[in-house]
Formats: sequence, structure tokens, C-alpha cells
Amino acid sequence: MASLVENWAKNVAQEMQAYSRMVGAAMRAVVTPPRYSHDIVEQFDAIGVASMTVVLLTGFFTGAVLALQTGNTLDRFGARPVVGQLVSASMIKELGPVLTGLMLTGRVGSGIAAELGSMMVTDQINALRALGTDPIRKLVVPRMLAGIFMTPILTVISDFVGVVGGWMVARFQLQVASGVYWSSIIRGIYMQDVWMGLIKPFALGFIIVSVACHVGLRTTGGTQGVGKATTNAVVAGSVAVIAVDFVITRLLFWLMY
Amino acid sequence: MARSRTDTQSAQATLSQEDHPVVIFEHVELAFDEKVVLKDISFSLLSGRTKIILGASGSGKSTILKIITGLLRADAGSITVNGQRVDRLTEQEMMAVRADLGMIFQEGALFDSLTVRENVGYKLYEELRMPIPEADARVKEVLGFVSLGEYLDRMPSELSGGQRRRVAIARAMAFKPKILLYDEATTGLDPITATTVDDEICKLRDLEEVSSIVVTHQLRDAFYVAENMAVRDPSGNVNIVRATKDKEREAEFIMLRDGLIVFEGDAEALRKSTDPYLQTFLS
Repeated sequence: MASLVENWAKNVAQEMQAYSRMVGAAMRAVVTPPRYSHDIVEQFDAIGVASMTVVLLTGFFTGAVLALQTGNTLDRFGARPVVGQLVSASMIKELGPVLTGLMLTGRVGSGIAAELGSMMVTDQINALRALGTDPIRKLVVPRMLAGIFMTPILTVISDFVGVVGGWMVARFQLQVASGVYWSSIIRGIYMQDVWMGLIKPFALGFIIVSVACHVGLRTTGGTQGVGKATTNAVVAGSVAVIAVDFVITRLLFWLMY
Repeated sequence: MARSRTDTQSAQATLSQEDHPVVIFEHVELAFDEKVVLKDISFSLLSGRTKIILGASGSGKSTILKIITGLLRADAGSITVNGQRVDRLTEQEMMAVRADLGMIFQEGALFDSLTVRENVGYKLYEELRMPIPEADARVKEVLGFVSLGEYLDRMPSELSGGQRRRVAIARAMAFKPKILLYDEATTGLDPITATTVDDEICKLRDLEEVSSIVVTHQLRDAFYVAENMAVRDPSGNVNIVRATKDKEREAEFIMLRDGLIVFEGDAEALRKSTDPYLQTFLS
């Protein structure tokens, strides 16, 4: 039993060490040449633009169902007109960043882990190194930059369509006037809420992509290993999104409220 | 600082010798946890020569190539490439050494998201930042050398196994390295395609003066490379002919068994060996 715990602790320490080294190397690579600018542009498109559909759909239906569920509850207190405030506060502060993060973990994290994992097991990463290319600069940095800067943009879009989804349910299902819905949003949202909703996605984007790159670059064991790496990237990424969200929320509450 | 000056001086001294060694292994050892992969490996590769490393699967052949390119780090011993001690270099410092090393991986390891043109010209476009027309011309030249000139815009998935290996050879030679490392370049290929790949190895060695280390467990290919040579006739055509005795002796064999060198010598010595393990391997 003791040796099992020891082995587990050793593995965790090794993974953390490898992860930190990868992140450290990526940070250094961001500020020093050479840079692969066309890969960066490509990844902004692959991670950001290509994730638009899933983020739009998730955001819209989350906002809509939030209005639907809370409308009836608010009715009991005669507070149906503030449904807009509830939907927008929930979307902007919490659901927008977290759900976008989880969707990106599923779509982007799994893709990165599978792609880098396949490159590992087919010696393409070694081939890159043998040709004089640093895989961190070529593969990790563009993905990390795209994750960090596209996640906030996708989150803002998700927030907006979520609020629109809530408005559609409020207007056509709950019979709340449009003016009442939108004015309750404007009255109920504070600048701190907006900052919270904007700061979180930067950290979530970083964590999703860095975890996926780390898992992908540690892949061994052929196609079976690639499958495991993909699963691990999604599981570890999803848990990390929720955990990092909690930590940042706590930190921002302490700093801003 | 003093050490690097000494290294440079010794590198220049080594390179000024005729038939100078371009790769030197001295007492190299490597183990993964409890499993010992290489035990006290020493050999050298002379400029323009071929070293053929034979051995069963898992005997440590490919590991030697990965140590030369710095993809793996040895536990003990010294490795010198082009006169420079490489076993102490960082990954960043190793990039400069790799400028003169080309490696052909098992299965080719072509980048499957890039076309043949982009694969072959990868280093020229991405690392050397060569002007596009110049890089394109070199890509066409090397693809012509491996007789795949018309496959420029194909994806690796559209190529046969043999074509993939030949594209991998073209990629490795595109930036004109002086040392080429072949890791099981013919494994899994039919004899005719394997011979085509062997011919490329001979052509690069004899016409481009590339030093090479060929790792294989295919005896037929190993002896083909050792006992044949490429010559250009007066009209410029390249022919593969039987090697002269002197040329044949320039190709040296190393036999590995469980991480140990159990034989070192030329093709003739290998054929005449009475060692029971070698006899079994050769039979």
C-alpha cells in the first residue's frame, strides 16, 4: 500500500515537473525568436473561429434554459421582470466562461492531444527535432497563444447569445416585455461582474491548451496511447477548468468586491 | 569558455585529417530504469564511409542513431559528431549540430498534414528561411534524385510505403547534410522497392560523399549497400554496379546483441565469421 502511494506521488511529481518545464519553455519561446507566425495565425483560426458554432449553440441554449427554469421560481416572489438580470449575471460571471471552457476542452483539448499524441507515436516530433525545429515553439506556443486570446472572445460571444436566448424565452414564453428584460440587465450588472467574466477566460484558455499539449507530448504506446491521451486531456482539462474557475473566482472576489 | 575553445580546436584538428572520423562513440552506455539498452559501445564512422549496424529487434540499434542526433541522452561515455562533443550539449546547442545531420526514421515519419513538397522543403522553408524559388528548385532536384519528381503536391497518405521512405530520404538530404542516418529504411518493403531505397543510399554515399550509418535487420539490404556502388557514366547516367574490393572494405558492419557489440568488420569478415550467434543471424 505504501509503495502504491509512493509510486502515485512520484508520478504526480514527475507530471507536474514536466508540465512546469513545458510551460516555462513555452513562456521563454513566446518572447524569443524564432517564431512561427503562420502557425500562430492557423491556430487562431483552428481554435477560435472553428469553435464558434459549438460556442454559439451552447451559449444560446444555456441562456434560454436558464430563463425558462428561473422564470417560474421568480414568479413565486413576483420577480419575473428581473429574469434578465439573473440570466445575464449568471452567464457573464460564471456560465459563459465555464461552459465555453468545457466546450473548448472537448473540442480543442481533445484535438490537440490526439494530434500531438499521433505525432509522438509516429516519430514526427522526433523528426521535427532532427530537422532543427523546437516542438515547443512550433506546436505548443501557437496553440497556447490561440487558446489564451481566443477563449475570452468566444466567451463574450457566448455571453451575448446566452442573454439573447434568455430574452427570447422571457419575451415569448414568460411574456416579459423586451424593455423590462434589457433594462433589468443594465441595472443589475456591475463593472466587477464584467471584469470577472473577462479575466477568467484568459486563465481557462491557457489551462485547457497547456494541459492538452502536455498530455499530447507525453503520449506513448501507439494508437492505444493516443486514445488514452485524448481521454486524459479531456478529463484533466475539464477538472482543471472547474478548479481554476473556483480559485480565480475566490481571488477576484477578494480583490474586487 | 576554456572548454569550448578546446573543443573547437580539437574539432578543427580532427576535421583536418584525411578520412577523419565524423562520428565517434566512446564507451557509451544507456539504460531505461532496470533495462540496459547499450553497454560500453565504441566505434567511429569515417567521412564518406558507411557503417551498417545489424542486430535483432530491441538490440539497441535505433537507440544509437537517436543518441547521435541528441534525441536521447546517453548515461555514460562520449559522443563526438563532426569533431564536436555532443553528449554535453543542451537541446538548443544541439540544433547547430543537427544542421549537418539527416535522419530517415522508421516508417518515414513524414508530417501528414503537409504535402510532399512541404515535407521535403520543410527545413529550407521553415528553418533556413531560404527564398521560395530557391527552396522549390532544391525540392524538385532532390525529389528527382529519388525519382518522385511528379509527386510534389501529393499528401503522404496518398503514397505507398516505398514512396514514403524515398520522400523521407529526400527530406533528409534536401539541406545537404554530410551525415545521413537510416533507421530501418527498408523494413516492411518488398524486395524491389527495398532495392530502390538501397540504390538511393549508395548514390548519396558515392556521388554526394555523404557519410552514413545504416541501421537494419535486413541482411539482404545490408550486404547490397556494402557490396554495390553508384557510378556516373560519361553521359551523366547513374548506374549501380558491383563494388570494387577496396570500396567494399569501406563499408563496415557492426553486430549488436543485447546492447553489446559482438562483431565489427567488413562484409567478407562477417560472412566468414564462425561465431554461432552470427551464423544463426546470417542463416
